[in-house]
Amino acid sequence: MGRYIVRRLLYMVVVVLVVSVITFGLMHAIPGGPFSREKALPAATIKVLNERYHLDDPLWKQYLDYINNVLIPHITTKAPSTSLSDDCLINVKIGSVWIRWMNFGPSFKSRSRTVNDVFRDNLPISAQLGTMALIVALIIGMPLGILAALKQNTLWDYLGMGVSIFGVSVPVIVLGPVFVWLFGVALHWLPPTGWGAKPPYFLGFLPTNIGWDFFKFAIMPAIALGLGSSAIIARLTRATLLQTVREDYIRTARAKGLPERVVITRHALKNSMIPVVTILGPLFAALVTGTFVTELIFGIPGMGKYFVTSITNRDYPVIMGTILLYAVFLVIANLVVDIMYAYLDPRIRYD
Amino acid sequence: MAVKLESKSFGSGGAPLTLKREGLFQDAVRRLVKNRAAVVGLTLIVLLILMAIFAPLIAVKKYDTQVLSDQNKVPHWVASVFPTMKPYVKYSEAYPLGSDYVGRDLFSRIVYGARVSLSVAFVGPLISLIIGVIYGSISGYFGGRVDNIMMRIVDVLYAFPSLLFIILLLAFFRGSASHIQPGSPAYLLTKIDEALGGMFFIFVGIGLTAWETMARLTRGQVLSLREKEFVEAAHTIGASNLRIMFRHILPNILGPLVVAETLAIPGYIGTEAFLSFIGLGVNPPTPSWGAMISDGANAIRSYPNQAIFPALALAITMFAFNFLGDGLRDALDPRLRGTQ
Repeated sequence: MGRYIVRRLLYMVVVVLVVSVITFGLMHAIPGGPFSREKALPAATIKVLNERYHLDDPLWKQYLDYINNVLIPHITTKAPSTSLSDDCLINVKIGSVWIRWMNFGPSFKSRSRTVNDVFRDNLPISAQLGTMALIVALIIGMPLGILAALKQNTLWDYLGMGVSIFGVSVPVIVLGPVFVWLFGVALHWLPPTGWGAKPPYFLGFLPTNIGWDFFKFAIMPAIALGLGSSAIIARLTRATLLQTVREDYIRTARAKGLPERVVITRHALKNSMIPVVTILGPLFAALVTGTFVTELIFGIPGMGKYFVTSITNRDYPVIMGTILLYAVFLVIANLVVDIMYAYLDPRIRYD
Repeated sequence: MAVKLESKSFGSGGAPLTLKREGLFQDAVRRLVKNRAAVVGLTLIVLLILMAIFAPLIAVKKYDTQVLSDQNKVPHWVASVFPTMKPYVKYSEAYPLGSDYVGRDLFSRIVYGARVSLSVAFVGPLISLIIGVIYGSISGYFGGRVDNIMMRIVDVLYAFPSLLFIILLLAFFRGSASHIQPGSPAYLLTKIDEALGGMFFIFVGIGLTAWETMARLTRGQVLSLREKEFVEAAHTIGASNLRIMFRHILPNILGPLVVAETLAIPGYIGTEAFLSFIGLGVNPPTPSWGAMISDGANAIRSYPNQAIFPALALAITMFAFNFLGDGLRDALDPRLRGTQ
C-alpha cells in the first residue's frame, strides 16, 4: 500500500508537469500578449513591461523559471520583501532560515495583486461553494438511491428516479437563473446574489461566520450546483445496491439470522459503495468546473471570474496558476478515491 | 453482416445465426417502443430536429434583426407568468415570448438556437466515437506493451481537467483566427468555423476531449472479445488484423458504444451551453441557448423571461436525450437496467 501511494504520487507529479507544459505551450501559442490593447501602448512601455515580466526570454527559460518559482522550495536567509514578485504562498521560518515555496507570480491584469492574492481571497469562496455542493449531492443522492433500491418498483423508487433524471437533465445554467428569479426576486426568501463570507478565513478556507448570515447566501448556489451530481449518485447507488442485495453473501447473512438492518448497513451498503466512490473523482471535477458558472450566475466573488477573464486577457500567471491548481486538486481527488477503494474492498491489492 | 461472415467461416449455414441476430434487434426495438419515456424522448428529438431544419418557416422574424425601439418588450401573457415584471414592463404583442436587450425576437432566437445544440448533439458523438473507437480498438486488440503505452497516455489526458482544456483550445483557436495568413490549412479551418457561426471549433474541442471515455470503453470490450472463438477462427482462415477488427469485433461491441454515446449527448449539449455562457462558444449573433441564458441572467431581476425561456428549451432537449438514452440502454441490454 505504501509503495503504491508513493508510485501514485510520482505519477501525479508527471501528470501535473504534462498539464503545465500543455497549458504553457497553448497559452503562449495564442497570438497577442498580455499588453496588446485595442489602443496600442507605446512601444517603449511594452518593452519595459516585457522586460519586467521576462517575456522576452526564450519560452523554455520562461517555463523553467516558472516551475522553479512554483514547485521548488527556496531556502534563503533573506526575509520576504513586500514586492509583488516576491509573494510566496508558503513562508516558513526555521531559525534564521526562510523556506519559501509556491510563488505563482504577479497578475498582469490587476497590477496590485498577485496570483497568490487571488488564491488567498477568492479561492476559499469557490472551495466553500464546491464543498457545500458536494455535501448537498451526497445527502440528497445517497438516501434517495438507497431508498429507491430497497423499495424497488414502489412510489419511492419512481420518485427517486424522477428526481435523478431531473437532476441530470437540468444543468446549473438552467437551474441557476430559475432559482435567482423564483426564490430571490419573486418570493424574497433568499438574497438572489452575493456571498456571506469574507477574508480572513479560518484555517485558510472556512468561513468565520457559519450561521444564517452565511447559509442564506449559500443555499441556492449549493443546491443548484449539487443537484446534478446528486442525481448521478442516486442512480449509481440504486443500481449497485440492487445488484448487491442479490449476492450470495447477503443471503448467507440473512440465513444466519442477522437482523435486516445489520444486513443492509454492514453487508450490502458497504459493498455497494465501491462504484459510488469511483465516480467521486469525476464528480469532483464536474463540481469544480461547475463553480465557474454558478459564481457568474449568483454573483459570487470566487475564482470563476478570474479564470474566465484571465484567458481573454492573456494574464499568463493567472491562467497557469488556476489550471495547475485545479489539476492538482483533481489528481489528489483521484488518489484519495483509489485509497478509499482499498479500505472498502480489501480484495483490491495495489502492487 | 458480421454474423453472416462469421458463420461462413465456421462452414455452417448462415441462416439460423442471422435470424437470431435479427431477433435480438427486433427484441430491442420492441422493448424501446414499450418504454413510454423513451418514446416521448424520441418524439421530442424528432420535433426538435424538424424545428431546427424548418426554423425559417417557424420563426417569422429574423433572429438577428435588432429593433432598437423594441428593447425588452413583453407580451401580456409573459408578464402574467412573471408577475414581478408588471410594474415597469413595456408591452408589445408582436413578440410571442418577448424581445431581448437589443430588440431581437426571443422566439426566433430560441428556434434557431436548436440548430447549434442539435449539431453539437450529433457531431460531438461522431468525432469522439471515431477517434475513441479507432484508438481503443488498436490498444485492446494488440494488447501488451502497445496497450500499456496507449492507455497510460489516456490516463494522463484523463487527469487533465477536460473543460479547462476545451476553454484553452477555444481561446487558442479564436485568438489565432485574426492572425492567420490566407491560403494555409489553418485559414481554411477558421473560414469553416466562421461559416458555421463558430460551431466548428466547439466540435473540435468536444471531440478532442470526449474520445478518452470511448477509447477506454472500446478497449475493454475488445479485450474481452479478442479471446473468443470466432476471432480465433477468423485468424485460422487467414483474415487480416484490420478485417478482424472491423468486420468481426466492432459490430459486436456497437451496442454498448451507442448506448454510452447517447447517454453522453446531454453532456455535450451542456458543454456547448456552458462555453457559450462564458462567452467562448458560438460567435454572435448566432443564437445559442447558453449565450441567451447568459445575456438573460444579467437582466434576471427585471426581465426573467429572457433567461428562463431559453433555459427551458435547453432543459427539454436534455430531458429528451436522457429519456432516449435510458430507453436505448434498457432495450439493448436489459441486464443494465437502472445503472449508469
